[in-house]
Amino acid sequence: MTLLRRWFWAWLGGLVLAALAVWGIVDNQRLFFVTTLNGLTLAALYFLVASGFTLVFGLLRNVNLAHGSLYLLGAYVGWVAGEYLGSWFLAVAAGFLFAALMGLVLQVGVFRFMQGEDLRQTMATIGLSIMAADVALWIWGGEIYQFDPPRWISGTTTLPLVGKFSTYRLVLLATAVVIGVGLWAFLAYTRVGMMIRAGVDDRAMLSASGVNVQMVFAITFAIGAGLAGFAGVVGGTALSIAPGEDTRYLLASLVVVIVGGMGSVTGAALGAVLIGVAEQFGLAYAPTYGIVFTFVIMALVLAFRPQGILGRRT
Amino acid sequence: MSAAQWRKAMNFSGGGRNWSGGRPAPVTPETARPPARPAAGSDSVVPTGAGIWRLWHHVRWRHLVVLVAVLVYPWVATPFFTFQIGGQVLALGLIALSLTFLAGYGGMLSLAQMTVAGIAGYIVAILGVSGTPAISLGWPWWLVVILAVMGATLAATFIGWLSVRTEGIYTIMITLAIGMAFFYLAQQNYEIFNGFQGFQKVVPPVVLGIDWRQPMPFYYLALFWALAGYFFVKYLIRSPFGIALQGVRDNARRMRALGFSPVAHRVAAYAVAGALAGIGGVLLVWYNGLITPGSVGTSWLINILIIAVIGGLRHPVGPFIGAIVFVLLQNFAIDLIDRERFNLVIGLGFLVIVLFSPDGLLGWWDKAKEWVMRRAGGRRIATRSGEWRSSGGPTGVSTRAPMARPLGRQ
Repeated sequence: MTLLRRWFWAWLGGLVLAALAVWGIVDNQRLFFVTTLNGLTLAALYFLVASGFTLVFGLLRNVNLAHGSLYLLGAYVGWVAGEYLGSWFLAVAAGFLFAALMGLVLQVGVFRFMQGEDLRQTMATIGLSIMAADVALWIWGGEIYQFDPPRWISGTTTLPLVGKFSTYRLVLLATAVVIGVGLWAFLAYTRVGMMIRAGVDDRAMLSASGVNVQMVFAITFAIGAGLAGFAGVVGGTALSIAPGEDTRYLLASLVVVIVGGMGSVTGAALGAVLIGVAEQFGLAYAPTYGIVFTFVIMALVLAFRPQGILGRRT
Repeated sequence: MSAAQWRKAMNFSGGGRNWSGGRPAPVTPETARPPARPAAGSDSVVPTGAGIWRLWHHVRWRHLVVLVAVLVYPWVATPFFTFQIGGQVLALGLIALSLTFLAGYGGMLSLAQMTVAGIAGYIVAILGVSGTPAISLGWPWWLVVILAVMGATLAATFIGWLSVRTEGIYTIMITLAIGMAFFYLAQQNYEIFNGFQGFQKVVPPVVLGIDWRQPMPFYYLALFWALAGYFFVKYLIRSPFGIALQGVRDNARRMRALGFSPVAHRVAAYAVAGALAGIGGVLLVWYNGLITPGSVGTSWLINILIIAVIGGLRHPVGPFIGAIVFVLLQNFAIDLIDRERFNLVIGLGFLVIVLFSPDGLLGWWDKAKEWVMRRAGGRRIATRSGEWRSSGGPTGVSTRAPMARPLGRQ
């Protein structure tokens, strides 16, 4: 009975949304589709950041509140590498590698000694994020940095229904899809991926079956952090990098993971699409209340499905 | 055993948990199901006299010294120290006290306490008088203050209702997300929150011929509310509600089996903490004279956590000690290090506290006391410091697990 009623509300909400969408298309077709596409590209970026966050959370039960800092530091280091090496692709690689290294150092040097103490780990990440933000401000100052991607992806492409659209954002969308599928394949088909999934389900059992759990943890943390750094360069190219971006992307990954379900990569993708699209529509149609859309989605999910849409009860 | 008896029993055994030196009440065997833990530490028999004597019994020299010190302080300190340091410490301490209550006794580490305080501050600015008459409604101050505290309590209840649906570590994520969302809303929205600029010239009213903006009146106003909040929390944690809340913190399942509702207790704790934070928020907006999105930004959300953790989450005095350290550092770090690097120092200090002293400065106090006792050759006192810790409960802050434990254990 309650199930029926809940689905009734879902259907009603869906109908209202559909009606709004039809109104949006009739009212201003181009705005609607551009906003949708913008939302999807933002979702792609959010997915890149949040997938690392959710991966680390799922396995290590570590709410890494320094994830935003890894994003920002990866972006800065990538920018420096791009300046010196003159290649955007090397900048992306540098951002990924630096953040992955940082993640490895954090896991091996700090969090390993606090295994199972969720809250202490989380508070340690808070301290680290404050320090990282200050160090970044010290080194790179308050200026806004921008990347210059290779020419063939920096122009615009003409699409049906949308018209001209930044090629780079389309590339970003494609990249996120590729990374998402790659991550899924990695988790589903490789041996390490199998260990990670097993660890998410039951860490004690995984350890009992002779797997070097610390190694799996370190690899996971490195991948998760590396994805943040990767997203830093890729997202920094789409938008820009400046102090304060770390908290913005931390908020994004928090909300995406809360909505999508903690520890689930698919959930992160779903949450990213919901939040990214909602944020862009909020910006386009109700500029000063944009964040309210995000918040309402989060509140609704918490009210009806506290563990997130694709999350499991722990 | 009936629920009422249990409550009674737990209420008694709660006496032993009072860190501030209150001697545990004598426990008669039939009321103490958990085998008489408090009796272990009791070295004197509490006279079963009238209430006032029992109260007096809990007063120690250090309490009187501190009370006299805070009362005399503005007469010996310069106006700068009275207002900038004293006033700010008390206002921030009160907000951090709400977090200590939630985290230390309820096991819920909420990062949204500054948001709650900020909501109270915004209500004061929007409904009351400010430098932006286009938005501010200019209602009388008493109505505004009452509405502000009520609004903060309501907001905190809502935040609590949302976040208690999940447990433990999720709380910190959800409350952080809510707090940051409010920050972005206040920054983006110009119709209600006046966007980036916020509200200037939000000053305390002139009541009874006293300008409460002056250092000394403001100090005593803040002191009154800080003391009220402190004693309220001290009372509350030993009331049946507080004991039940600590029971929920330590083992929610068991409490549910005993007929308590963990969700109701947690939401109620959020509401109480919201009222405290709301009062602190009103004081803070009067202290600052303005409120901007920056006042509820991520850094301030986290600063409240830092203040509470530096002081120690085990006792309601912790947040005030933390606030003293924080405010002094904030004001005088410029003399020690570069002003620009304040965040680096505070982050490092926070990290050190988290890594090496899970009980904050209060933990060091306990250790020092123990050391002195041992040096003095007295019999080894059984330190009660460990008693606050929930074993593996949601307050992982204070659960310090041994280093060597089986790999992969939760």
